[in-house]
Amino acid sequence: MLRRRGVLPGFGLSLGYTVFYLGLLVLLPLSALAVKAGGLGFTEFWRSALDERAVASYRLTFGLALLAAAVNAVFGVLVAWVLVRYRFPGRKLVDAFVDLPFALPTAVAGIALTAAYAPNGPLGEPLGRLGVRVAFTPLGIFIALTFIGIPFVIRTVQPVLEELDPSLEEAAAILGATRWQTFRRVLLPGLYPAALTGFALAFARGVGEYGSVVFISGNMPMKTEIAPLLIVTKLEQYDYAGATAIACVMLGVSFLALLAINLLQRRVRGAS
Amino acid sequence: MSHSVSRLGGHGRRAGRQDTAEEAPLIRWLLIGVALLFVCAFLLVPLVIVFSSAFADGLDAYLDALADDETLSAVRLTLLAAGIAVPLNLVFGVTSAWLLSKYEFPGKSALVTLIDLPFSVSPVIAGLIFVLLFGAQGWFGSLLSAWDVRIIFAVPGIVLATTFITFPLVTREVLAVMQAQGSDEEEAALTLGATGWQILWRVTLPKVKWGVIYGVILCNARAMGEFGAVSVVSGHIRGETNTLPLHVEVLYGEYAFVGAFAVSSLLALLAIVTLVLKQWVEWRAERRTADLATGAAPPTVARTVPAG
Amino acid sequence: MRIAAALSTLLVLCLGVLSCRKDGAADVTLLNVSYDPTRELYGEINAEFSAHWEKTTGQSVRIRQSHGGAGKQARAVIDGLEADVVTLAIAFDIDAMHERAGLLPKDWQTRLPHDSAPYTSTIVFLVRKGNPKGIRDWKDLVREGVSVITPNPKTSGGARYNYLAAWGYALREFGEEGAAQNFLARLYGNVPVLDSGARGATTTFAERGIGDVLLTWENEALLSLKELGDKADLELVVPSVSILAEPPVALVDTYADKHGTRKVAQAYLEFLYTPQAQRIAGKHFYRPSGASAAAEFADQFAEVTRFTVREIAGSWREAHEKHFADGGVFDRIYQPGAKAARAR
Repeated sequence: MLRRRGVLPGFGLSLGYTVFYLGLLVLLPLSALAVKAGGLGFTEFWRSALDERAVASYRLTFGLALLAAAVNAVFGVLVAWVLVRYRFPGRKLVDAFVDLPFALPTAVAGIALTAAYAPNGPLGEPLGRLGVRVAFTPLGIFIALTFIGIPFVIRTVQPVLEELDPSLEEAAAILGATRWQTFRRVLLPGLYPAALTGFALAFARGVGEYGSVVFISGNMPMKTEIAPLLIVTKLEQYDYAGATAIACVMLGVSFLALLAINLLQRRVRGAS
Repeated sequence: MSHSVSRLGGHGRRAGRQDTAEEAPLIRWLLIGVALLFVCAFLLVPLVIVFSSAFADGLDAYLDALADDETLSAVRLTLLAAGIAVPLNLVFGVTSAWLLSKYEFPGKSALVTLIDLPFSVSPVIAGLIFVLLFGAQGWFGSLLSAWDVRIIFAVPGIVLATTFITFPLVTREVLAVMQAQGSDEEEAALTLGATGWQILWRVTLPKVKWGVIYGVILCNARAMGEFGAVSVVSGHIRGETNTLPLHVEVLYGEYAFVGAFAVSSLLALLAIVTLVLKQWVEWRAERRTADLATGAAPPTVARTVPAG
Repeated sequence: MRIAAALSTLLVLCLGVLSCRKDGAADVTLLNVSYDPTRELYGEINAEFSAHWEKTTGQSVRIRQSHGGAGKQARAVIDGLEADVVTLAIAFDIDAMHERAGLLPKDWQTRLPHDSAPYTSTIVFLVRKGNPKGIRDWKDLVREGVSVITPNPKTSGGARYNYLAAWGYALREFGEEGAAQNFLARLYGNVPVLDSGARGATTTFAERGIGDVLLTWENEALLSLKELGDKADLELVVPSVSILAEPPVALVDTYADKHGTRKVAQAYLEFLYTPQAQRIAGKHFYRPSGASAAAEFADQFAEVTRFTVREIAGSWREAHEKHFADGGVFDRIYQPGAKAARAR
């Protein structure tokens, strides 16, 4: 598909504009962050970045983002499977609504989820009677992050499922494999990379999420304080150094997640 | 992240499948049930809450809340910010997708990763970097102050933050379609003597039209709904630098819960319109594929992951 | 490349056009950057002042408002939100504007009467109807099974008053700092949610139904009784002692001079001390400093012994460094080692 450079005109122009716009809007601002962090000095940087409260917030943010992404990986494959393979009333509607968390502004999602899961909310009340507290606990953050991550796994797995050759499954069935065996041995290996990509995307998105989480999290230092909130808190105390240090750590993790996704996709493309 | 491309015509092919590789009806319905439960529990609940709370005090209270001056100015600002950010990213999206799909060059995958970077940067950090650049204590702070130009705590800052957050969206959608379609027709046009601009306007853009529209819809939804980044750079001047999502927070803090949810419902409605439009674009693209010779036609819309 | 240059010029132009000031119809505009609970108060004062100013000078004035958590607002002004006047919760945030950006002189607080605080307030409790947990005073807040709602003192001015009020009570009660620190550790051990601002905390308590008692500004408590009272079933409890809260106002010299609005900004702040504005403050449940308004609204406010920040912590700066700065008493409360103390 890709042509060697030089066949079509416009290489210089498009490269120039892309790099220029990217530099102006993304690289220049991000370099301000790097320079600010660099100005801190090594020990000062690590002292801010690895202070006890910051580490607790990383643990919470990354841990819950991982957990939410994992739940989305499992249910995402399931929903994608149901949407691609089965016909049932309302399928098209469900298919359309999968993208809702993407289109719904995060602040709206945040106050709606808080209203739903607060102890006096329509879902929070029955759950409270069962002894489960959702709003203002890590569980609430987990629900918000799961909500945010729903579209990713479904939308990466769906096209792959659609492309799978049904004759493979038929062959497996003819050879006497049970449906479960076919799924595990024949289908899953094919879906695995797509699900993993979706997982990584959901994770990357969850780590940085702010709007939908602040309303429901409770913001307790060491307990329910997510890293983006800690950045905001530091800013409000005029602690730019601390905010920058935490931002750099998060940026590093996001970058690694992206890199992992790109490598994964390259392997997938190489295999296909 | 590169893009997974689906052939939208694929649904029909499966309709006549043999039952040899099908689950028992019981299991099938069980799976459907679990999937629906998951989707409803997570997706439907927030929507229902938003609309039921918005209309809790009746239609009049709802309309009053929306007719408020500050709400209207928030609508205007939101439209303005999206109206600038989306075209900027549209031009960039088409240009960078052209670059990334038509040429091979060293450093290409690094470039792709960099373009994707704003997607995984926390919105809070996106706001912070513009404060570090344009704040009174920032790099350009004294310069801007001397020229009496305001970036942050004014409309330009909000536009910049919005543009940053929605940066990769059009690129991703258009790139996926361009890659899927290849460059054969463009090269044919070149041999026939077309110039670069002619190829772009007459050959490429019509081919990737639906991908572009799709990207614009997603980019617009995200631009209008951005909260975290805009909140850091806004300054919260009432009736001036509050966008709709920020206005939701303001109303929420004023015990105006009906108002907060009324404005939220406006945004939720926007989300639903976005989903409907998206569905329509997919349907149009699908029909176009079907109109062309069956099977031979290239896929026209890539259903990719909406980046956040 | 020419296209790229043209497009970037366009981008810069767009931003430039947008950054130009649009002042609308008014002859002069002021920006008042304030904290969360004053929205209603300044909504009314601004209208009165505009009428007053137009009548006396013939000049129409429009006052733009910005509200948010006190720390966030002060940070925004330091970062270039060009406020002509600031009306914040604690003097410390205005001191920061002097120290970090030199936006106003060091002695700003002496430029207006009553240490630049045109109205005062205090910290009180809101409890559920009927006071089911029997909460009467500060000592009841550390009882087991009592859930206390207060915002994060690192980001909210009101929360700092809450914290210092509890600290002041404990110092009076126990007479020494170790015990007072222990008292605060137990109190914050009972806090399930730390909102970032006073308004968020009120919403959590009144709307979300979390907690048995809310520590808040007296004006917030009275306002939410008025706004949410019937629906939320709340009751006011006034503790035996509390803190004198003095939300200060100040002219931001650098920005007012830059905009050429010093005269009207100064008049605006002085207007806050007139009987007219004092009555509005009283109406919005702030304790007026002017005698006539204070008398008029006397029965609205409960008698309570109020100690000042100076009495219990020295200056705001000392209070900040000791309690709220990173590694201060408040942080130590949340360190894992403090769990044992909280569990008791």
